[in-house]
Amino acid sequence: MTNDEARQLIRSVLHQVAPEADLDEVGAGETLQEALDLDSMDFLNFVVGLHEATGLEIPERDYPQLSTVEGCVTYLTSAG
Amino acid sequence: MQWETIHKPIEHDDPSPNMGDYVAERDAFTWEDARRALDGLPGGRGLNIAHEAVDRHAAGPRREHVALLCLDRHGERNEVTYAELAESSNRFANILDTLGVVAGERVFVLMQRTADLYVAALGTLKHRSVLCPLFAAFGPEPIRQRLELGTGCVLVTSPTLYRRKVAGIQDRLPSLRHVLVAGGSTASETAEGARTLDLDALLAGASSQYEIGPTDPEDMALLHFTSGTTGMPKGAVHVHEAVVSHHATGRIALDLHPDDVFWCTADPGWVTGTSYGIVSPLVHGVTSIIDEGDFDAERWYSVLENEGVTVWYTAPTALRMLMQAGADVAKAHDLSRLRFVASVGEPLNPEVVVWGQEALGLPIHDNWWQTETGGIMVANYACMDIRPGSMGRPLPGIEAAVLVRDDHGNVAVSGDGTAVESAVGQEGELALRPGWPSMFRGYLGDTERYQSCFAGGWYLSGDLVRRDEDGYFWFVGRGNDVIKSSGHLIGPFEVESTLMEHPAVAEVGVIGKPDPLCGEVVKAFVTLRAGYEPNEDLRLDLLGFSRKRLGAAVAPREIAFDQHLPHTESGKIMRRVLKARELGLSEGDTSTLAAS
Repeated sequence: MTNDEARQLIRSVLHQVAPEADLDEVGAGETLQEALDLDSMDFLNFVVGLHEATGLEIPERDYPQLSTVEGCVTYLTSAG
Repeated sequence: MQWETIHKPIEHDDPSPNMGDYVAERDAFTWEDARRALDGLPGGRGLNIAHEAVDRHAAGPRREHVALLCLDRHGERNEVTYAELAESSNRFANILDTLGVVAGERVFVLMQRTADLYVAALGTLKHRSVLCPLFAAFGPEPIRQRLELGTGCVLVTSPTLYRRKVAGIQDRLPSLRHVLVAGGSTASETAEGARTLDLDALLAGASSQYEIGPTDPEDMALLHFTSGTTGMPKGAVHVHEAVVSHHATGRIALDLHPDDVFWCTADPGWVTGTSYGIVSPLVHGVTSIIDEGDFDAERWYSVLENEGVTVWYTAPTALRMLMQAGADVAKAHDLSRLRFVASVGEPLNPEVVVWGQEALGLPIHDNWWQTETGGIMVANYACMDIRPGSMGRPLPGIEAAVLVRDDHGNVAVSGDGTAVESAVGQEGELALRPGWPSMFRGYLGDTERYQSCFAGGWYLSGDLVRRDEDGYFWFVGRGNDVIKSSGHLIGPFEVESTLMEHPAVAEVGVIGKPDPLCGEVVKAFVTLRAGYEPNEDLRLDLLGFSRKRLGAAVAPREIAFDQHLPHTESGKIMRRVLKARELGLSEGDTSTLAAS
């Protein structure tokens, strides 16, 4: 997966969980939860959405890596 | 399935529980004694929560003891001693004086869990203004409604929350005279039009000396909004005397000892986060963990381990999420300091109680109370056997009963004005004999609604329970349509009214859909106006629309289109029938819904 594909995927999964959220509002290093007012359930649904879209098994211990846009992109692109 | 009783005491109990024997304590307990365990204001000037929580410790040997151990989102630690907390809350009280706020006026707090929140809360109580904490995950609409209903004159918030949620509603709140923004350098973001004041600058300029004025124990101290089946949120009024309950329950139900490190994971925007996240631990002079971050299994276990948490008060949803993360994650941490774990918010399923023993090495003690009760009412205690799935037995000093309800769901009152109690094992409404210190004293501006909470000499909780032959209470279901998601009450009417503002919506019914993790999630059934097509884009649009206004904590998780909502003859939407349909029950058989 390329960086652009990863970003596109994040955008579409996020849109399902929180349609009002604008990914462009998230500053570098800011967590999605903080910047977009997501609660724990939203974040969990976001991770589940990523799993469903990619088939990747995402263990609980990796969740913190997915809390920023950059982290998500790295995670998704390095996972293949 | 029959769950085995968990027997007590647990051998390695050290220190031994404050309450050694439930029945003996219950028989000996009086609220007068409980009141004597507190100091009162010097010179007999009354009883003030903040004096008991902070000043009396700051003036004594616990002066340098850490009161708040604040962890920010990035793991930075900040320790605040009782002496420091006394000074900073004095500064806040002085600011309120300077701004011309008078005792009894409402000060709202909308903040992330940072030290400033606690300073503002305690300063407000010292000043004898009324503290009303709001949940930071509320959207602008719940915030506006509560500020309006509570006629808030001051709001304390952060730059981000101000920009996102307050700036747009400020003009519609004529009673709101001052908005104080914490957060130093970034506060300039909000300086436009000078509609806000810089809290940091005000604190720096204020005196650290403050004498709490005479406080009648019956003076209003706290305002907590809660949701009902119909209508707008209700502001439950609590008074300074509530601190007697906060202290007694901290001792009996949470087993707080002087050297404890206590962590209540609830946000002060909900009553648990105030009664047990602010007041109770501080009144006991213990160290209280304040974690700004959101739930994350690994992070939470690290906090328990690294900070040496001894008493932990959390919620079923969090515990179930930890359970889902697996026992391995728990086992990787040294949780040996942990002594007592309690849970509140919704009934704790027996699986989780037992999981606690495996993963944490300790059973989890469920307890029951609500916004109106102000403090824990029914609980499992350190000294008492646990029957997994039961909420426990009434707190010493609390008389609880199970009352028979008639066919209309009302408590049956006999000719002589007394209520009829259910037989052992029979379900009925959980009721409490009024008179405990933290009982709410009213709903702000709504006497009628307050009075409707009482019948036959009892306070009616709205929850259906049964009591077994040994006096353990078991939750059966709610007696109304209020939704409980992740332990938070959500009024269906609030959600319905917001969705009704969308141009596509003709009608809407909102229910709590059972959910394995959250207890319930909010689900909305929407009937569209003519000319609108039910499709995925519109569904997402409605979801975003409601989330933007209500915030993630209140907005629906699911929206379904339904052009045939069930109505009563008078035209009201029958939420119970919607719920029956959702659960695949026959529509006539709504009697079993309470048990769902």
